[in-house]
Amino acid sequence: MTRHLNGLSSLALAALLVAPALAPAQAATLKMAWSQDATGLDPQKQTAFSSIRLLELIYEPLVRLDAKLNVVPAIAKSWEFSADGLSLTFHLDPKAAFSDGAPVTSADVKASFQRLLDEKTGAAARSNYTSIAAIDTPDAQTVVFRLSQPDVPILAALAGVNAAVLPAAAIADGSVGTKAIGSGPFMLASWDPNAREVLTANPHWAGGKTGVDEIDISVLPDETGILAALRAGQIDLALLNDPLVATLVPKEQGLTLVRTPSISYNVLQLNPARKPMTELKVRQAISCAIDRKAVLDTAALGEGQVTGPITVPAYATDPAKLFCYTPDLAKAKALMKDAGYPDGFSATVIAATGEPATAEAEAQVMQAELKQIGIKLDIKMMELNVYVDAWLKGDFDMAVALNGGRPDPYTMYNRYFTKTGNLLKVSNYTDDTLDSLLNEARVTTDPAKRKDLFAQFDTHLAEVSPWIWLFTPYTYVAERANVQGFVPTPTGSLYGLSAVTLK
Amino acid sequence: MNTLTRRLAAFPLVLLGVSSLVFMAIRLVPGDAITAMLGTEAGLLTPAQKQALAAYFGLDRPWIVQYGRWLWALLHGDLGISVTYGKPVLGVILARFPLTLELAVLSLLIALAIGVPAGVYAATRAEKGADLAVRVGAMIGQSTPSFVFGLLLIYLLSAGFGVLPAMGTFAPLWVDPLANLGQMILPALTLGAAFAASLTRIARSAMLDVLSEDYVRTARARGVPARQVIWRHALPNALIPVVTLSGIEFGYLLGGAVIVEQIYALPGLGRMVLDAILQRDYALVQGTVLFIAFNFMLVNLLVDLAYYGLDPRIRGRG
Repeated sequence: MTRHLNGLSSLALAALLVAPALAPAQAATLKMAWSQDATGLDPQKQTAFSSIRLLELIYEPLVRLDAKLNVVPAIAKSWEFSADGLSLTFHLDPKAAFSDGAPVTSADVKASFQRLLDEKTGAAARSNYTSIAAIDTPDAQTVVFRLSQPDVPILAALAGVNAAVLPAAAIADGSVGTKAIGSGPFMLASWDPNAREVLTANPHWAGGKTGVDEIDISVLPDETGILAALRAGQIDLALLNDPLVATLVPKEQGLTLVRTPSISYNVLQLNPARKPMTELKVRQAISCAIDRKAVLDTAALGEGQVTGPITVPAYATDPAKLFCYTPDLAKAKALMKDAGYPDGFSATVIAATGEPATAEAEAQVMQAELKQIGIKLDIKMMELNVYVDAWLKGDFDMAVALNGGRPDPYTMYNRYFTKTGNLLKVSNYTDDTLDSLLNEARVTTDPAKRKDLFAQFDTHLAEVSPWIWLFTPYTYVAERANVQGFVPTPTGSLYGLSAVTLK
Repeated sequence: MNTLTRRLAAFPLVLLGVSSLVFMAIRLVPGDAITAMLGTEAGLLTPAQKQALAAYFGLDRPWIVQYGRWLWALLHGDLGISVTYGKPVLGVILARFPLTLELAVLSLLIALAIGVPAGVYAATRAEKGADLAVRVGAMIGQSTPSFVFGLLLIYLLSAGFGVLPAMGTFAPLWVDPLANLGQMILPALTLGAAFAASLTRIARSAMLDVLSEDYVRTARARGVPARQVIWRHALPNALIPVVTLSGIEFGYLLGGAVIVEQIYALPGLGRMVLDAILQRDYALVQGTVLFIAFNFMLVNLLVDLAYYGLDPRIRGRG
């Protein structure tokens, strides 16, 4: 309660002090648009890209990822693992403060992680942090996570907004999802869901002054409408998803398209629990019959890069070295024959309408390719939620998906391919090799050794082909010439907006 | 007024029927608020987490209990809380409704201003070149989908002239009337054009019917000038089907014009209810559909009342 009162009085004081600074002669406003809005304001609970994009501007985790996916300071200035790998200590930035002026202390960090780990909170991301056994706060600027087992990937997992530090006071009074008080570069001035939101600079941000005073975001559900608004000068900067629209941007004078290779991946998920995908040779035949480059070129206008299972550049294997990444129809037919399906079979592939924008086209190209080895694909397009429901139940023969990538391959694939993975009923595939490689990588601290383990994992996974990895898409930001200094990241974070200025 | 009392009595019954239908329909669709919020990440939830979220979204009780609670609250004027907005449903609806109402009124005005004169004109030139031209125009107007017409307008304006009504940042009528009309005129035109086309066709055929009536022949035989016959004697009697159609279309428009709002990024009821369905915001969907049904019935009631004013013969029947 004291803390709460302190927060309030310092807020009032801060308002007095910064009031003149808040009303400069002309406030610089960045006008933005995107087609999908956030679905909620609780950073620990939201998992949709569209929510995370917004919340990353308002909240801060202990650490964040830079444009090369290195872990860099955010609220924590420095950190170290103990020699036995069983504790991870963070030293907080003494300047870090919430937008109400209250400093970020170790008590806030502890309260935030207690909330995140409490099953009653219902945070899906909890599964990435379950090795945290206890949290010590020796002083206001030091936090020690005691781990139940060595957990190297936890550091990169802490870099997401799901691990954001919230004010202990907001957790206590239950206002986390309604009032967005974070320590990030901006604060939320207003939010009209699926229509518009306004962000203003957080005067207490430890990173100093932001490049613009305000960000005014419009939700324009139709991406061609976004392009028209950019062209007419109503919007300075926009996020785009559809390659068909994005590739039109460079043709417009005064507009620039910033393409960033993403770490998420387009994939054809086979269901190895269903016949005949239960057969290794059938899955391999599918892998050999699909021309990944052709899928990318035809369905997505070549906008992306062919990928293996691991998409993070630091750990990825050259796709050319993976099993059947050079299409081989003769081999595919031979495999089908060996598996006892010389005449092929029929199967249904599910895909979500517009999620991603290229889903249906991808399914069609693969339908044509698989026809060559006698596999008759029936494409079933579904509304996103209906698709998710079927996907979670593993109720499909094959599924076209765009799955999110993680900076650490362990965090990315543990859920699907270890024996204790929580999405095993979706992937329906694991084996001793995949399980032991991932678990070893989890406890290995030597970077070179980890790289080797992940390379083995990548190669083996492509060879046993539970899924057919296709390509990583680009994330797109379209900007007018007056926008300067935006740095994109492979995770799609818009944190770079804090440095953007307007000419 | 017997019919009127009967219709008023049916009001709550119809609303009850609509509410229970919507209540069930939205729950029959696979997926719920949890999968809508979390997507595929919902698979990472532990059973205890799922339970906690179900309780938060009010999904942890059997349907019948959920419905009973919702109905009980409704009787007290409470439409529930929207999980997306974190606000009372009625407030969310009322915040979006003025735009929808304005769009509906503007489209109706445009449609009436074009449709009725065009229909009357075509009827008086029946089977001549002008009639044919109007009918072909109406046919095209009626069969062009609004997303084609709307996108065409946007494309022509933004690519051809480099101008576009401000999208997304919406200016309410009472804040900035000029900017507001600038934003509303294109969507209203898009909706009004198709609406005008059907009005033209109805007005034309109603006019043709009336023009062959005995009282019109009598008026003509008595030497009443042609213009007066059409506008004073024939038109008021031809207006009944026009009013009926306008009422039905207007009622539809009050439910929000989903496609046009989507294209022009207008934050109206149509887009709101679409997003609410996609996000499985049950309370918001239920509340909005109920609100739309109520408006639709109200408009139809007013249309019936208008008949009394328009046609003395109906008044006579009481």
